Amino acid sequence: MKITDEMIDYIGILARLQLDESEKESAKNEMEKIINYMDVLNEVDTTGIEAMSHAFPVKNVFREDEVRPSVDRELITLNAPKKKDGCFQVPKTVE
Amino acid sequence: MDWMNMSALEVGKKIKAKEIGVEEVTKAALDRIAEKDKDVNAFITVCADEAMAQAKKVQKGIDEGTLTSPLAGVPMAVKDNMCTKGILTTCASKILTGFKPFYSSTAVNRLEEAGAVILGKLNMDEFAMGSTSETSFYGPVVNPWGTQRSPGGSSGGSAAAVAAGEAFYTLGSDTGGSIRQPASFCGVTGLKPTYGSVSRYGLIAYASSLDQIGPLGKNVEDVAEVLSIISGHDPKDSTSVAAGAIQTQLTGDIKGKRIGIPKEYFGDGLQADVKERVLAAAKKLEEMGAIVEEFSMPETDYAIPAYYIIACAEASSNLSRFDGVKYGYAAPEYKDLTDLYYKSRSQGFGMEVKRRIMIGAFVLSSGYYDAYYKKALQVKAVIKQSFDRAFGKFDCILSPTAPTTALKLGESLSDPLKMYLGDIYTVSVNLAGLPSLVVPCGFDKEGLPVGLQLTGQAFTESQLLNIGYAFQQATDYHLHLPETKKEA
Repeated sequence: MKITDEMIDYIGILARLQLDESEKESAKNEMEKIINYMDVLNEVDTTGIEAMSHAFPVKNVFREDEVRPSVDRELITLNAPKKKDGCFQVPKTVE
Repeated sequence: MDWMNMSALEVGKKIKAKEIGVEEVTKAALDRIAEKDKDVNAFITVCADEAMAQAKKVQKGIDEGTLTSPLAGVPMAVKDNMCTKGILTTCASKILTGFKPFYSSTAVNRLEEAGAVILGKLNMDEFAMGSTSETSFYGPVVNPWGTQRSPGGSSGGSAAAVAAGEAFYTLGSDTGGSIRQPASFCGVTGLKPTYGSVSRYGLIAYASSLDQIGPLGKNVEDVAEVLSIISGHDPKDSTSVAAGAIQTQLTGDIKGKRIGIPKEYFGDGLQADVKERVLAAAKKLEEMGAIVEEFSMPETDYAIPAYYIIACAEASSNLSRFDGVKYGYAAPEYKDLTDLYYKSRSQGFGMEVKRRIMIGAFVLSSGYYDAYYKKALQVKAVIKQSFDRAFGKFDCILSPTAPTTALKLGESLSDPLKMYLGDIYTVSVNLAGLPSLVVPCGFDKEGLPVGLQLTGQAFTESQLLNIGYAFQQATDYHLHLPETKKEA
């Protein structure tokens, strides 16, 4: 498969990553090599095999619905680059 | 006598017998770090003051009889992708600049409750993405066995710190071989436990269905002791299995144990003297009473592509939390919220991390999901079945850990696909969720360590460790220490 400029731009939007021109060029080449290598999986006959997301059966884990204190706002926002009144502060999003 | 060359349990015993004080041995470890780490770069953060304060507290606990673990008072260090309360936790990434968690990971908590003294946080590949510990924002780790060599990765700092005698044992994490391959390259013992045996709470996620925390140390006894402390159910990790801590009986008796050797693991691309050392180890185990037999695992070639598709897909989702808002690095200038996301992430992540996020976003994107992600999950099932079949016949699978000994620094950075291919013997273990132990089994022509990989059925850590223990009782490879000297 050929990785095109449009594909790289689209992946950049999905991943919220901006690449400069030279990064884009090398990402295109390397991804093409890697994705083409991954195509080797087509050799494996997986007809009738169910996709396995976990190696062991995992199920929902429930706990008793008991009231207990949640983490302090101060601790939650401890590492925030910007905060205000116990909240994370972000640039204005609605005019 | 140089304490730093002793095993963790030996030091613990001397502390208990009051031959050494905890503060004294902590000071010795910090001195050793000050001496060695300018060359090795195994540490991102050394917490000297915190360690000395903890040492004092632990000594008191031992004296009063409240701390009774055989490892109480023994100084250790933690890979920098595990949260440590109030201590800088970076994942070796610029994007976590200044991040000090307000809680510790369960594994770290349990060790502290047992009286561990934490010396600091260990260098690694950025977000554990890499096999050489060169993608760190804090510079590459250097293998104590040769200054031009990589210690492997991603837990390169965890392995190098043990090899250089900077810590008596360490914690690492293993998503596709990140404990085992560095253990092999640095001549130390490392265990990747069964998925779910050790809580992942507080481990900064790379690929959640594959990540597992495990110990590295100088020998199997140390590793088994650490495992008994960190393993066991944790309600804070929903994939943690409902079982108690793993206690191991190390008898050294391996008579009648059936050991399988997958012939596909010994084909093209395997360094000749690695093959020789690993097969010699198999012979040794046979002499000790094990039954060794060759078998076939034809799915071997498909493990790497399946692994990288799954790991990158999970990474692209997991790493979406780094947005310049909640913690860590935020771009200084931006137009609006979306621009803050773009700029913080683009400036904060290194190239290998960006590459894996992008591969992940691609294989999950509409139109490619079935061809790549779903296909990889099906191949994962095929690989799991292949292991299940093997464990119908064998107690353990013996193989090399990596196709080569320690790589030259700089060799892998220019060709990511080549680096990925080096994970051929380790990744399928993570896909199948199995436990896997690496023990030193000799040296190559240049004197670099070779590691033997022993993989078992899920939850058979005890048996695996016993086989490794038997091997170490009969050999002395694990007792050798590197001399950090400049290569010609």
